Amino acid sequence: MKKRFLKPTEDPLWLRLFLGAVAIAFIAILLLLPLALVFKEAFANGIGAFWTAIKEPDTLASVRLSLIAAGIAVPLNMVFGIAAAWCITKYDFPGKTFLVTLIDLPFSVSPVVAGLIYVLVFGAQGWFGRSLADNNIHILFAVPGIVLATIFVTFPFVARELIPLMADQGRDEEEAAATLGATGFQTFLRVTLPNIKWGLLYGVLLCNARALGEFGAVSVVSGHIRGVTNTMPLHVQLLYDNYDYPGAFTVAALLAMLALLTLALKSLLEWRYADELAAAHRH
Amino acid sequence: MKIMSAIGLKLFPLRSRHVLPGFRLSLGFTLFYLTSLVLIPLLALVIRPMELGPSGFWAAISTPRVLASLRLSFGMALAAAVIDSFFGVIIAWVLVRYRFPGKGFLDAVIDLPFALPTAVAGIALSTLYAPNGWIGSVLAEYGIRVAYTPYGVLVAMVFISLPFTVRTVQPVMAELGLEVEEAAATLGATRLQTLARVVLPMLWPAVLTGMAMAFARAAGEYGSIIFIAGNIPAVSEIAPLLIITKLEQYDYAGAAAIGVVMLAASFVMLLALNGLQSWAAKRR
Repeated sequence: MKKRFLKPTEDPLWLRLFLGAVAIAFIAILLLLPLALVFKEAFANGIGAFWTAIKEPDTLASVRLSLIAAGIAVPLNMVFGIAAAWCITKYDFPGKTFLVTLIDLPFSVSPVVAGLIYVLVFGAQGWFGRSLADNNIHILFAVPGIVLATIFVTFPFVARELIPLMADQGRDEEEAAATLGATGFQTFLRVTLPNIKWGLLYGVLLCNARALGEFGAVSVVSGHIRGVTNTMPLHVQLLYDNYDYPGAFTVAALLAMLALLTLALKSLLEWRYADELAAAHRH
Repeated sequence: MKIMSAIGLKLFPLRSRHVLPGFRLSLGFTLFYLTSLVLIPLLALVIRPMELGPSGFWAAISTPRVLASLRLSFGMALAAAVIDSFFGVIIAWVLVRYRFPGKGFLDAVIDLPFALPTAVAGIALSTLYAPNGWIGSVLAEYGIRVAYTPYGVLVAMVFISLPFTVRTVQPVMAELGLEVEEAAATLGATRLQTLARVVLPMLWPAVLTGMAMAFARAAGEYGSIIFIAGNIPAVSEIAPLLIITKLEQYDYAGAAAIGVVMLAASFVMLLALNGLQSWAAKRR
Protein backbone atom coordinates (compact mmCIF):
# COMPACT_ATOMS: atom_id res chain seq x y z
CA MET A 1 0.00 0.00 0.00
CA LYS A 2 1.38 3.33 -1.03
CA LYS A 3 0.22 6.21 1.08
CA ARG A 4 0.01 9.54 -0.68
CA PHE A 5 1.31 12.30 1.55
CA LEU A 6 -0.31 15.73 1.53
CA LYS A 7 1.77 18.66 0.52
CA PRO A 8 2.03 21.13 3.40
CA THR A 9 -0.07 23.59 1.42
CA GLU A 10 -2.90 21.14 0.77
CA ASP A 11 -5.98 20.84 2.92
CA PRO A 12 -6.77 17.41 4.40
CA LEU A 13 -9.43 15.44 2.52
CA TRP A 14 -12.18 15.93 5.11
CA LEU A 15 -11.70 19.69 5.00
CA ARG A 16 -11.71 19.72 1.22
CA LEU A 17 -14.93 17.74 1.12
CA PHE A 18 -16.53 19.90 3.81
CA LEU A 19 -15.63 23.32 2.33
CA GLY A 20 -16.39 22.09 -1.20
CA ALA A 21 -19.82 20.89 -0.11
CA VAL A 22 -20.56 24.17 1.70
CA ALA A 23 -19.54 26.24 -1.33
CA ILE A 24 -21.47 24.14 -3.84
CA ALA A 25 -24.58 23.94 -1.66
CA PHE A 26 -24.57 27.69 -1.03
CA ILE A 27 -24.23 28.48 -4.74
CA ALA A 28 -26.83 25.88 -5.73
CA ILE A 29 -29.45 27.07 -3.25
CA LEU A 30 -28.82 30.78 -3.45
CA LEU A 31 -28.03 31.25 -7.16
CA LEU A 32 -29.00 28.23 -9.24
CA LEU A 33 -32.38 27.43 -7.69
CA PRO A 34 -33.90 30.85 -8.54
CA LEU A 35 -32.56 30.51 -12.08
CA ALA A 36 -34.04 27.03 -12.47
CA LEU A 37 -37.37 28.27 -11.12
CA VAL A 38 -37.56 31.04 -13.72
CA PHE A 39 -37.21 28.58 -16.60
CA LYS A 40 -39.49 26.00 -15.00
CA GLU A 41 -42.29 28.54 -14.55
CA ALA A 42 -41.77 30.04 -18.02
CA PHE A 43 -42.01 26.70 -19.80
CA ALA A 44 -44.60 25.16 -17.43
CA ASN A 45 -47.24 25.25 -20.17
CA GLY A 46 -44.93 24.20 -22.96
CA ILE A 47 -42.93 26.09 -25.51
CA GLY A 48 -46.04 27.09 -27.44
CA ALA A 49 -47.41 29.05 -24.48
CA PHE A 50 -43.98 30.64 -24.08
CA TRP A 51 -44.07 31.97 -27.64
CA THR A 52 -47.67 33.17 -27.32
CA ALA A 53 -46.74 35.13 -24.20
CA ILE A 54 -43.78 36.73 -25.94
CA LYS A 55 -45.79 37.72 -28.99
CA GLU A 56 -48.18 39.69 -26.81
CA PRO A 57 -48.02 43.31 -28.16
CA ASP A 58 -47.21 44.96 -24.81
CA THR A 59 -44.39 42.50 -24.25
CA LEU A 60 -42.96 43.20 -27.70
CA ALA A 61 -43.25 46.93 -27.02
CA SER A 62 -41.26 46.49 -23.79
CA VAL A 63 -38.56 44.55 -25.65
CA ARG A 64 -38.36 47.34 -28.22
CA LEU A 65 -38.12 50.05 -25.57
CA SER A 66 -35.37 48.20 -23.71
CA LEU A 67 -33.41 47.83 -26.94
CA ILE A 68 -33.84 51.54 -27.72
CA ALA A 69 -32.67 52.59 -24.24
CA ALA A 70 -29.64 50.30 -24.35
CA GLY A 71 -29.00 51.25 -27.99
CA ILE A 72 -28.59 54.90 -27.02
CA ALA A 73 -27.02 54.56 -23.56
CA VAL A 74 -24.35 51.97 -24.40
CA PRO A 75 -22.73 53.76 -27.40
CA LEU A 76 -22.76 57.10 -25.53
CA ASN A 77 -21.13 55.57 -22.46
CA MET A 78 -18.67 53.79 -24.74
CA VAL A 79 -17.56 57.06 -26.34
CA PHE A 80 -17.37 58.65 -22.89
CA GLY A 81 -15.39 55.70 -21.53
CA ILE A 82 -12.83 55.96 -24.32
CA ALA A 83 -12.51 59.75 -23.97
CA ALA A 84 -12.18 59.54 -20.19
CA ALA A 85 -9.62 56.73 -20.31
CA TRP A 86 -7.66 58.56 -23.01
CA CYS A 87 -7.32 61.84 -21.11
CA ILE A 88 -6.72 60.13 -17.76
CA THR A 89 -4.07 57.70 -18.94
CA LYS A 90 -2.28 59.64 -21.70
CA TYR A 91 -1.74 62.97 -19.94
CA ASP A 92 -0.74 64.27 -16.55
CA PHE A 93 -2.92 66.90 -14.95
CA PRO A 94 -3.91 67.84 -11.40
CA GLY A 95 -7.06 66.38 -9.91
CA LYS A 96 -6.84 63.13 -11.85
CA THR A 97 -7.58 60.83 -8.88
CA PHE A 98 -10.55 62.97 -7.98
CA LEU A 99 -11.88 62.69 -11.54
CA VAL A 100 -11.61 58.89 -11.39
CA THR A 101 -13.54 58.87 -8.11
CA LEU A 102 -16.27 61.02 -9.66
CA ILE A 103 -16.57 58.66 -12.64
CA ASP A 104 -17.09 55.75 -10.25
CA LEU A 105 -19.69 57.68 -8.28
CA PRO A 106 -22.81 56.31 -10.06
CA PHE A 107 -21.89 52.79 -8.88
CA SER A 108 -22.20 53.79 -5.25
CA VAL A 109 -25.52 55.56 -5.68
CA SER A 110 -28.72 53.59 -5.07
CA PRO A 111 -30.63 53.00 -8.35
CA VAL A 112 -33.69 54.66 -6.85
CA VAL A 113 -31.63 57.77 -6.00
CA ALA A 114 -30.35 57.68 -9.60
CA GLY A 115 -33.94 57.94 -10.81
CA LEU A 116 -34.86 60.48 -8.15
CA ILE A 117 -32.24 63.02 -9.21
CA TYR A 118 -33.72 63.23 -12.72
CA VAL A 119 -37.19 63.72 -11.23
CA LEU A 120 -35.77 66.62 -9.21
CA VAL A 121 -34.33 68.16 -12.37
CA PHE A 122 -37.03 67.45 -14.95
CA GLY A 123 -40.13 66.65 -12.82
CA ALA A 124 -43.26 68.81 -12.61
CA GLN A 125 -41.85 70.52 -9.50
CA GLY A 126 -38.24 70.14 -10.63
CA TRP A 127 -35.73 72.72 -11.82
CA PHE A 128 -36.75 72.68 -15.47
CA GLY A 129 -40.23 71.17 -15.00
CA ARG A 130 -42.17 74.35 -15.71
CA SER A 131 -40.27 75.43 -18.82
CA LEU A 132 -40.33 71.90 -20.24
CA ALA A 133 -44.10 71.71 -19.73
CA ASP A 134 -44.57 75.13 -21.38
CA ASN A 135 -42.67 73.97 -24.42
CA ASN A 136 -44.46 70.61 -24.44
CA ILE A 137 -41.24 68.63 -24.07
CA HIS A 138 -41.62 65.30 -22.29
CA ILE A 139 -38.58 63.88 -20.56
CA LEU A 140 -40.03 62.27 -17.46
CA PHE A 141 -42.50 59.41 -17.95
CA ALA A 142 -41.24 59.23 -21.54
CA VAL A 143 -38.37 57.65 -23.45
CA PRO A 144 -35.74 60.41 -22.80
CA GLY A 145 -36.04 59.97 -19.03
CA ILE A 146 -35.61 56.23 -19.34
CA VAL A 147 -32.51 56.76 -21.50
CA LEU A 148 -31.06 59.25 -19.00
CA ALA A 149 -31.60 56.92 -16.04
CA THR A 150 -30.05 54.06 -18.02
CA ILE A 151 -27.01 56.20 -18.90
CA PHE A 152 -26.54 57.08 -15.23
CA VAL A 153 -26.56 53.54 -13.86
CA THR A 154 -24.26 52.22 -16.62
CA PHE A 155 -22.04 55.31 -16.60
CA PRO A 156 -18.70 53.90 -15.29
CA PHE A 157 -18.68 50.42 -16.91
CA VAL A 158 -16.52 51.11 -20.00
CA ALA A 159 -14.34 53.76 -18.36
CA ARG A 160 -13.40 51.65 -15.36
CA GLU A 161 -12.53 48.74 -17.64
CA LEU A 162 -10.32 50.85 -19.91
CA ILE A 163 -8.55 53.11 -17.37
CA PRO A 164 -6.43 50.41 -15.65
CA LEU A 165 -5.86 48.66 -18.98
CA MET A 166 -4.59 51.77 -20.79
CA ALA A 167 -2.62 52.96 -17.74
CA ASP A 168 -0.83 49.61 -17.81
CA GLN A 169 -0.01 49.90 -21.51
CA GLY A 170 1.61 53.30 -21.07
CA ARG A 171 2.07 55.99 -23.69
CA ASP A 172 5.17 54.88 -25.55
CA GLU A 173 3.44 53.38 -28.58
CA GLU A 174 1.14 56.38 -29.04
CA GLU A 175 4.04 58.80 -28.62
CA ALA A 176 6.06 56.88 -31.18
CA ALA A 177 3.16 57.05 -33.62
CA ALA A 178 2.77 60.79 -32.99
CA THR A 179 6.46 61.50 -33.57
CA LEU A 180 6.29 59.52 -36.79
CA GLY A 181 3.65 61.93 -37.98
CA ALA A 182 0.38 60.15 -37.31
CA THR A 183 -2.61 62.32 -36.53
CA GLY A 184 -4.38 61.84 -33.23
CA PHE A 185 -7.24 59.98 -34.86
CA GLN A 186 -4.86 57.69 -36.78
CA THR A 187 -2.93 57.02 -33.59
CA PHE A 188 -6.07 56.04 -31.76
CA LEU A 189 -7.47 53.90 -34.57
CA ARG A 190 -4.26 52.04 -35.53
CA VAL A 191 -2.30 51.93 -32.26
CA THR A 192 -4.56 52.28 -29.25
CA LEU A 193 -7.72 50.56 -30.43
CA PRO A 194 -6.07 47.24 -31.38
CA ASN A 195 -4.50 47.17 -27.90
CA ILE A 196 -7.72 47.77 -26.02
CA LYS A 197 -10.35 46.12 -28.22
CA TRP A 198 -11.04 43.12 -25.99
CA GLY A 199 -11.14 45.23 -22.84
CA LEU A 200 -13.50 47.59 -24.64
CA LEU A 201 -15.74 44.72 -25.69
CA TYR A 202 -15.73 43.40 -22.13
CA GLY A 203 -16.83 46.77 -20.76
CA VAL A 204 -19.51 47.17 -23.43
CA LEU A 205 -20.82 43.68 -22.65
CA LEU A 206 -21.29 44.45 -18.95
CA CYS A 207 -22.67 47.91 -19.75
CA ASN A 208 -25.23 46.40 -22.12
CA ALA A 209 -26.36 43.73 -19.66
CA ARG A 210 -26.98 46.34 -16.98
CA ALA A 211 -28.69 48.69 -19.44
CA LEU A 212 -31.18 46.03 -20.53
CA GLY A 213 -31.79 44.83 -16.99
CA GLU A 214 -31.96 48.06 -14.99
CA PHE A 215 -35.07 48.27 -12.85
CA GLY A 216 -34.88 50.68 -9.89
CA ALA A 217 -33.72 53.85 -11.64
CA VAL A 218 -35.92 53.32 -14.69
CA SER A 219 -38.87 52.49 -12.46
CA VAL A 220 -38.75 55.96 -10.89
CA VAL A 221 -38.73 57.89 -14.18
CA SER A 222 -40.87 55.64 -16.36
CA GLY A 223 -44.43 56.28 -15.17
CA HIS A 224 -45.28 52.63 -15.95
CA ILE A 225 -47.47 53.27 -18.97
CA ARG A 226 -48.22 49.82 -20.33
CA GLY A 227 -46.92 49.32 -23.85
CA VAL A 228 -45.42 52.84 -23.95
CA THR A 229 -42.87 53.44 -21.17
CA ASN A 230 -42.44 49.94 -19.76
CA THR A 231 -39.06 48.35 -20.33
CA MET A 232 -38.70 44.57 -20.06
CA PRO A 233 -37.90 44.51 -16.31
CA LEU A 234 -40.77 46.91 -15.62
CA HIS A 235 -43.09 44.74 -17.71
CA VAL A 236 -42.09 41.77 -15.55
CA GLN A 237 -43.24 43.70 -12.49
CA LEU A 238 -46.50 44.79 -14.13
CA LEU A 239 -47.40 41.23 -15.16
CA TYR A 240 -46.40 39.85 -11.76
CA ASP A 241 -48.43 42.44 -9.85
CA ASN A 242 -51.44 41.57 -12.03
CA TYR A 243 -51.06 37.90 -11.05
CA ASP A 244 -50.11 36.94 -14.62
CA TYR A 245 -47.32 34.67 -13.35
CA PRO A 246 -46.79 32.71 -16.61
CA GLY A 247 -46.46 36.01 -18.49
CA ALA A 248 -44.11 37.51 -15.90
CA PHE A 249 -41.87 34.45 -15.88
CA THR A 250 -41.85 34.31 -19.69
CA VAL A 251 -40.37 37.83 -19.93
CA ALA A 252 -38.15 36.98 -16.95
CA ALA A 253 -36.86 33.89 -18.77
CA LEU A 254 -36.05 36.04 -21.80
CA LEU A 255 -34.01 38.34 -19.57
CA ALA A 256 -32.40 35.36 -17.82
CA MET A 257 -31.31 33.92 -21.19
CA LEU A 258 -29.73 37.27 -21.96
CA ALA A 259 -27.93 37.18 -18.60
CA LEU A 260 -26.64 33.65 -19.28
CA LEU A 261 -25.44 34.70 -22.72
CA THR A 262 -23.62 37.65 -21.14
CA LEU A 263 -21.99 35.38 -18.58
CA ALA A 264 -20.93 32.91 -21.28
CA LEU A 265 -19.40 35.65 -23.46
CA LYS A 266 -17.73 37.19 -20.41
CA SER A 267 -16.19 33.86 -19.40
CA LEU A 268 -15.07 33.30 -23.00
CA LEU A 269 -13.37 36.70 -23.10
CA GLU A 270 -11.72 36.11 -19.73
CA TRP A 271 -10.45 32.72 -20.82
CA ARG A 272 -9.41 33.53 -24.39
CA TYR A 273 -7.94 37.00 -23.87
CA ALA A 274 -6.78 36.73 -20.27
CA ASP A 275 -3.55 38.60 -20.99
CA GLU A 276 -5.19 41.51 -22.77
CA LEU A 277 -7.68 41.93 -19.94
CA ALA A 278 -5.22 41.21 -17.16
CA ALA A 279 -4.46 44.79 -16.12
CA ALA A 280 -8.09 45.58 -15.42
CA HIS A 281 -8.61 42.54 -13.21
CA ARG A 282 -5.42 42.45 -11.23
CA HIS A 283 -6.13 45.07 -8.58
CA MET B 1 12.24 67.75 -40.11
CA LYS B 2 10.66 64.69 -38.58
CA ILE B 3 14.06 63.20 -37.86
CA MET B 4 15.13 66.39 -36.18
CA SER B 5 12.11 66.42 -33.90
CA ALA B 6 12.62 62.76 -33.12
CA ILE B 7 16.20 63.46 -32.10
CA GLY B 8 15.01 66.46 -30.12
CA LEU B 9 12.59 64.21 -28.28
CA LYS B 10 15.31 61.76 -27.46
CA LEU B 11 17.59 64.43 -26.09
CA PHE B 12 14.87 66.26 -24.19
CA PRO B 13 12.25 63.67 -23.32
CA LEU B 14 9.06 65.69 -23.23
CA ARG B 15 6.46 64.39 -20.83
CA SER B 16 4.17 67.25 -21.66
CA ARG B 17 0.67 67.35 -23.03
CA HIS B 18 2.01 68.40 -26.39
CA VAL B 19 3.30 64.98 -27.41
CA LEU B 20 -0.11 63.44 -27.98
CA PRO B 21 -2.96 65.38 -29.49
CA GLY B 22 -6.50 65.37 -28.18
CA PHE B 23 -6.03 66.45 -24.58
CA ARG B 24 -8.49 69.32 -24.68
CA LEU B 25 -11.03 67.38 -26.71
CA SER B 26 -11.04 64.27 -24.55
CA LEU B 27 -10.89 66.08 -21.21
CA GLY B 28 -13.49 68.61 -22.36
CA PHE B 29 -15.92 65.91 -23.46
CA THR B 30 -15.32 63.90 -20.27
CA LEU B 31 -15.98 66.87 -18.01
CA PHE B 32 -19.02 67.99 -20.02
CA TYR B 33 -20.60 64.52 -20.04
CA LEU B 34 -19.85 63.93 -16.35
CA THR B 35 -21.11 67.34 -15.25
CA SER B 36 -24.32 67.40 -17.24
CA LEU B 37 -25.42 63.81 -16.61
CA VAL B 38 -24.10 63.05 -13.14
CA LEU B 39 -22.92 66.08 -11.17
CA ILE B 40 -25.71 68.58 -11.89
CA PRO B 41 -28.51 66.08 -11.19
CA LEU B 42 -26.75 65.01 -7.98
CA LEU B 43 -26.50 68.69 -7.04
CA ALA B 44 -30.27 68.91 -7.42
CA LEU B 45 -30.57 66.12 -4.85
CA VAL B 46 -28.40 67.96 -2.35
CA ILE B 47 -30.05 71.36 -2.89
CA ARG B 48 -33.67 70.23 -2.83
CA PRO B 49 -33.99 69.36 0.89
CA MET B 50 -32.48 72.78 1.76
CA GLU B 51 -35.87 74.37 1.17
CA LEU B 52 -37.00 72.48 4.27
CA GLY B 53 -34.43 74.15 6.51
CA PRO B 54 -32.39 72.19 9.07
CA SER B 55 -35.35 71.57 11.37
CA GLY B 56 -37.60 70.61 8.46
CA PHE B 57 -34.93 68.26 7.12
CA TRP B 58 -34.62 66.63 10.53
CA ALA B 59 -38.40 66.36 10.79
CA ALA B 60 -38.56 64.72 7.35
CA ILE B 61 -36.06 61.98 8.18
CA SER B 62 -36.90 61.41 11.85
CA THR B 63 -40.47 60.18 11.46
CA PRO B 64 -40.83 56.63 12.83
CA ARG B 65 -41.59 55.25 9.36
CA VAL B 66 -38.48 56.78 7.76
CA LEU B 67 -36.24 55.77 10.65
CA ALA B 68 -37.60 52.22 10.56
CA SER B 69 -36.90 51.98 6.80
CA LEU B 70 -33.36 53.32 7.19
CA ARG B 71 -32.72 50.92 10.07
CA LEU B 72 -34.06 48.02 7.98
CA SER B 73 -32.03 48.92 4.85
CA PHE B 74 -28.74 49.51 6.66
CA GLY B 75 -29.16 46.83 9.34
CA MET B 76 -30.06 44.07 6.92
CA ALA B 77 -27.36 45.25 4.50
CA LEU B 78 -24.79 44.83 7.27
CA ALA B 79 -26.10 41.35 8.11
CA ALA B 80 -26.08 40.39 4.41
CA ALA B 81 -22.52 41.70 4.00
CA VAL B 82 -21.32 39.61 6.95
CA ILE B 83 -23.07 36.45 5.68
CA ASP B 84 -21.72 37.01 2.15
CA SER B 85 -18.19 37.61 3.44
CA PHE B 86 -18.25 34.35 5.42
CA PHE B 87 -19.46 32.23 2.50
CA GLY B 88 -17.54 34.38 0.01
CA VAL B 89 -14.22 33.45 1.64
CA ILE B 90 -15.13 29.73 1.57
CA ILE B 91 -16.27 29.89 -2.07
CA ALA B 92 -13.18 31.83 -3.14
CA TRP B 93 -10.91 29.34 -1.32
CA VAL B 94 -12.62 26.38 -3.01
CA LEU B 95 -12.36 28.06 -6.42
CA VAL B 96 -8.71 29.07 -6.01
CA ARG B 97 -7.21 26.03 -4.24
CA TYR B 98 -9.26 22.97 -5.11
CA ARG B 99 -9.49 21.12 -8.42
CA PHE B 100 -12.75 19.45 -9.33
CA PRO B 101 -14.93 18.97 -12.42
CA GLY B 102 -17.37 21.79 -13.09
CA LYS B 103 -15.19 24.38 -11.40
CA GLY B 104 -15.26 26.72 -14.41
CA PHE B 105 -19.05 26.62 -14.43
CA LEU B 106 -19.22 27.37 -10.70
CA ASP B 107 -16.81 30.26 -11.15
CA ALA B 108 -18.87 31.78 -13.97
CA VAL B 109 -22.15 31.37 -12.06
CA ILE B 110 -20.87 33.58 -9.21
CA ASP B 111 -21.50 36.63 -11.41
CA LEU B 112 -25.14 35.69 -12.01
CA PRO B 113 -26.44 38.37 -9.59
CA PHE B 114 -24.50 40.98 -11.62
CA ALA B 115 -25.95 39.81 -14.91
CA LEU B 116 -29.48 38.82 -13.92
CA PRO B 117 -31.87 41.80 -13.88
CA THR B 118 -32.96 42.52 -10.31
CA ALA B 119 -36.66 42.25 -11.15
CA VAL B 120 -36.10 38.68 -12.39
CA ALA B 121 -34.23 37.81 -9.21
CA GLY B 122 -37.02 39.45 -7.23
CA ILE B 123 -39.91 37.41 -8.62
CA ALA B 124 -37.85 34.21 -8.57
CA LEU B 125 -36.81 34.63 -4.92
CA SER B 126 -40.31 35.66 -3.94
CA THR B 127 -41.84 32.55 -5.55
CA LEU B 128 -39.10 30.33 -4.14
CA TYR B 129 -39.49 31.51 -0.52
CA ALA B 130 -43.29 31.95 -0.54
CA PRO B 131 -45.02 29.56 1.93
CA ASN B 132 -45.92 27.26 -1.00
CA GLY B 133 -42.59 27.67 -2.82
CA TRP B 134 -39.74 25.14 -3.18
CA ILE B 135 -37.76 26.50 -0.22
CA GLY B 136 -40.57 28.29 1.60
CA SER B 137 -42.62 25.10 2.01
CA VAL B 138 -39.65 23.33 3.61
CA LEU B 139 -39.01 26.24 5.97
CA ALA B 140 -42.73 26.48 6.78
CA GLU B 141 -42.58 23.01 8.31
CA TYR B 142 -40.19 24.43 10.89
CA GLY B 143 -42.39 27.45 11.39
CA ILE B 144 -39.98 29.83 9.61
CA ARG B 145 -41.43 32.50 7.35
CA VAL B 146 -39.11 34.34 4.99
CA ALA B 147 -41.17 35.88 2.20
CA TYR B 148 -43.09 39.03 3.16
CA THR B 149 -41.01 39.49 6.36
CA PRO B 150 -37.74 41.38 7.05
CA TYR B 151 -35.91 38.07 6.45
CA GLY B 152 -37.07 38.24 2.85
CA VAL B 153 -35.16 41.52 2.58
CA LEU B 154 -32.10 39.74 3.96
CA VAL B 155 -32.33 36.84 1.47
CA ALA B 156 -32.56 39.22 -1.49
CA MET B 157 -29.60 41.26 -0.22
CA VAL B 158 -27.48 38.13 0.32
CA PHE B 159 -28.31 37.12 -3.26
CA ILE B 160 -27.34 40.38 -4.98
CA SER B 161 -24.20 41.11 -2.94
CA LEU B 162 -22.46 37.72 -3.08
CA PRO B 163 -20.27 38.44 -6.16
CA PHE B 164 -18.67 41.47 -4.48
CA THR B 165 -17.21 39.44 -1.63
CA VAL B 166 -16.06 36.49 -3.76
CA ARG B 167 -14.55 38.65 -6.50
CA THR B 168 -12.61 40.86 -4.07
CA VAL B 169 -11.10 37.99 -2.09
CA GLN B 170 -10.43 35.62 -5.02
CA PRO B 171 -7.56 37.51 -6.77
CA VAL B 172 -5.83 38.20 -3.43
CA MET B 173 -6.00 34.49 -2.56
CA ALA B 174 -4.61 33.53 -5.95
CA GLU B 175 -1.51 35.66 -5.37
CA LEU B 176 -0.75 34.45 -1.84
CA GLY B 177 2.72 32.97 -1.66
CA LEU B 178 2.78 29.35 -0.59
CA GLU B 179 6.07 29.81 1.31
CA VAL B 180 4.49 31.12 4.50
CA GLU B 181 2.13 28.16 4.62
CA GLU B 182 5.06 25.79 4.14
CA ALA B 183 6.97 27.62 6.88
CA ALA B 184 4.02 27.29 9.25
CA ALA B 185 3.78 23.58 8.47
CA THR B 186 7.50 22.96 9.07
CA LEU B 187 7.24 24.79 12.38
CA GLY B 188 4.66 22.24 13.45
CA ALA B 189 1.38 24.00 12.88
CA THR B 190 -1.59 21.85 11.97
CA ARG B 191 -3.33 22.73 8.71
CA LEU B 192 -6.24 24.37 10.54
CA GLN B 193 -3.85 26.46 12.62
CA THR B 194 -2.08 27.55 9.43
CA LEU B 195 -5.38 28.55 7.82
CA ALA B 196 -6.65 30.42 10.87
CA ARG B 197 -3.44 32.14 12.01
CA VAL B 198 -1.46 32.56 8.78
CA VAL B 199 -3.74 32.59 5.74
CA LEU B 200 -6.80 34.36 7.11
CA PRO B 201 -4.93 37.38 8.56
CA MET B 202 -3.45 38.05 5.12
CA LEU B 203 -6.93 38.14 3.65
CA TRP B 204 -8.52 40.59 6.09
CA PRO B 205 -8.08 43.77 4.01
CA ALA B 206 -9.68 42.10 0.97
CA VAL B 207 -12.46 40.61 3.08
CA LEU B 208 -13.28 43.99 4.62
CA THR B 209 -13.18 45.70 1.21
CA GLY B 210 -15.56 43.12 -0.22
CA MET B 211 -17.78 43.47 2.82
CA ALA B 212 -17.96 47.24 2.40
CA MET B 213 -18.85 46.91 -1.29
CA ALA B 214 -21.49 44.28 -0.52
CA PHE B 215 -22.94 46.52 2.19
CA ALA B 216 -23.13 49.54 -0.10
CA ARG B 217 -24.83 47.57 -2.85
CA ALA B 218 -27.31 45.89 -0.51
CA ALA B 219 -28.26 49.12 1.29
CA GLY B 220 -29.26 50.79 -1.99
CA GLU B 221 -30.89 47.74 -3.57
CA TYR B 222 -34.50 48.01 -4.67
CA GLY B 223 -35.56 45.71 -7.51
CA SER B 224 -34.89 42.28 -6.04
CA ILE B 225 -36.24 43.23 -2.60
CA ILE B 226 -39.65 44.76 -3.19
CA PHE B 227 -41.18 41.52 -4.51
CA ILE B 228 -40.15 39.37 -1.55
CA ALA B 229 -40.36 41.95 1.26
CA GLY B 230 -44.11 42.42 1.45
CA ASN B 231 -43.40 46.14 1.97
CA ILE B 232 -45.28 46.58 5.27
CA PRO B 233 -44.61 50.14 6.50
CA ALA B 234 -42.22 50.27 9.48
CA VAL B 235 -41.73 46.47 9.29
CA SER B 236 -40.43 45.37 5.90
CA GLU B 237 -40.37 48.64 3.95
CA ILE B 238 -36.88 49.56 2.70
CA ALA B 239 -35.64 53.14 2.39
CA PRO B 240 -35.50 53.22 -1.45
CA LEU B 241 -39.15 52.14 -1.61
CA LEU B 242 -40.09 54.94 0.78
CA ILE B 243 -38.38 57.42 -1.57
CA ILE B 244 -40.64 56.23 -4.37
CA THR B 245 -43.72 56.41 -2.13
CA LYS B 246 -42.87 60.02 -1.22
CA LEU B 247 -42.36 60.88 -4.89
CA GLU B 248 -45.77 59.47 -5.75
CA GLN B 249 -47.22 61.77 -3.08
CA TYR B 250 -45.36 64.71 -4.73
CA ASP B 251 -43.29 65.15 -1.55
CA TYR B 252 -40.13 65.88 -3.57
CA ALA B 253 -38.24 67.46 -0.67
CA GLY B 254 -39.05 64.57 1.66
CA ALA B 255 -37.93 62.04 -0.96
CA ALA B 256 -34.74 64.03 -1.57
CA ALA B 257 -34.06 64.16 2.19
CA ILE B 258 -34.02 60.34 2.39
CA GLY B 259 -31.96 60.29 -0.80
CA VAL B 260 -29.40 62.64 0.76
CA VAL B 261 -29.08 60.38 3.82
CA MET B 262 -28.46 57.39 1.55
CA LEU B 263 -25.99 59.36 -0.58
CA ALA B 264 -24.12 60.49 2.54
CA ALA B 265 -23.95 56.89 3.71
CA SER B 266 -22.46 55.77 0.39
CA PHE B 267 -19.93 58.63 0.56
CA VAL B 268 -18.84 57.44 3.99
CA MET B 269 -18.56 53.93 2.56
CA LEU B 270 -16.46 55.22 -0.35
CA LEU B 271 -14.14 57.02 2.06
CA ALA B 272 -13.89 53.95 4.27
CA LEU B 273 -13.03 51.88 1.17
CA ASN B 274 -10.24 54.28 0.19
CA GLY B 275 -8.92 54.14 3.75
CA LEU B 276 -9.05 50.34 3.68
CA GLN B 277 -7.16 50.22 0.41
CA SER B 278 -4.34 52.47 1.62
CA TRP B 279 -4.18 50.40 4.83
CA ALA B 280 -3.92 47.24 2.72
CA ALA B 281 -1.23 48.84 0.51
CA LYS B 282 0.79 49.72 3.59
CA ARG B 283 0.59 46.18 4.94
CA ARG B 284 1.88 44.67 1.72
